[in-house]
Amino acid sequence: MARVIVTTSGKGGVGKTTSTANIAAALARFGKKVVAVDADVGLRNLDVIMGLENRVVYNFIDVIEKVCKLNQALVKDKRVPGLYLLPAAQTRTKDAVTPDQMVALCEELKPEFDFILLDCPAGIEGGFKNAAAGADEALVVTTPEIPSVRDADRIIGMLESMGKSPIRLIINRLRPNMVQDGDMLAKDDILDVLSIDLIGVVPEDENVIRSTNNGEPMTMSLDSPAAQAYLNIAERLLGRDVPLMDLESYATRGFLSKIKKFFKGKKK
Amino acid sequence: MDFLKRLFGSGNEGSRGKAKDRLKIVLIHDRTDISPQLLDSLRSEIIGVLTKYMDIDTQKIEIDLDHDEHEVALVANVPVLRIKRGKVDVDKE
Repeated sequence: MARVIVTTSGKGGVGKTTSTANIAAALARFGKKVVAVDADVGLRNLDVIMGLENRVVYNFIDVIEKVCKLNQALVKDKRVPGLYLLPAAQTRTKDAVTPDQMVALCEELKPEFDFILLDCPAGIEGGFKNAAAGADEALVVTTPEIPSVRDADRIIGMLESMGKSPIRLIINRLRPNMVQDGDMLAKDDILDVLSIDLIGVVPEDENVIRSTNNGEPMTMSLDSPAAQAYLNIAERLLGRDVPLMDLESYATRGFLSKIKKFFKGKKK
Repeated sequence: MDFLKRLFGSGNEGSRGKAKDRLKIVLIHDRTDISPQLLDSLRSEIIGVLTKYMDIDTQKIEIDLDHDEHEVALVANVPVLRIKRGKVDVDKE
């Protein structure tokens, strides 16, 4: 029976979909059978991030409305064995589904998979409640910025009252250089105020944009800091004890750039 | 000193500290935000408990969450008219 995990954040644009796609691909690479479900009805994007947009025929609303069978709606990723996408409907709205229907859909998927990852829409309204209804566990994505951490706090409170457990935090787009320069919230600053368990820190990485352009999740092939961070998160989901990446080492590389910055600053 | 600090980046002079302070204050307020409905039901339950022990002036009760910059307190101002001695004595027996 599959573990059902919702990826959520409250605030938009912090990397929910990218995280879902990369963790799904990573889990599949570790030999698990995984389905990534795009629960963002009306604003679907998981298909594009995974590079499967041309292979979408049916979506999960078609399954709920019995227009097609579940197997017809599942898109099999041919690059990694065991990886599937269940797309959202693009021409419908979030009220096309109810929480009960989401739960029923997850129950239908459970016997077939090891992991069901639900990519949740931004916000705290119906779309979030639908996606969260089907899940047992949650991953909350935040960036090291006040608006994003604030919204994460709100979402964590709602997930707790819905009884989701464990709820674990992904800190995304951290810039080690800025943290070291004292210009960005550090991992511990965020953990201090949110007081939930951390499952990983993903550094800012240009490869995220490249992989979105190419339609290939980084964890499928790339050797990059963000890809490594997502592979580590997947391993931790599997219960393995993987130490946090040494992000400081990315920062110290910038000593020369600090000297440059110092002289640049002086000219002002 | 300033020269060395900027070169080696001791980490405290940037906007990080300010962000953390602002975040903490925002969260204190968000977490204690209470809807008028919830405050109403809290008020009527408090009145229910108090009237078991004392006569109070229910018209002049003030119950509110008091926010200052670093903490939030539930402040209740309840004018007491008379303690119900009999009731308390009964409980003691």
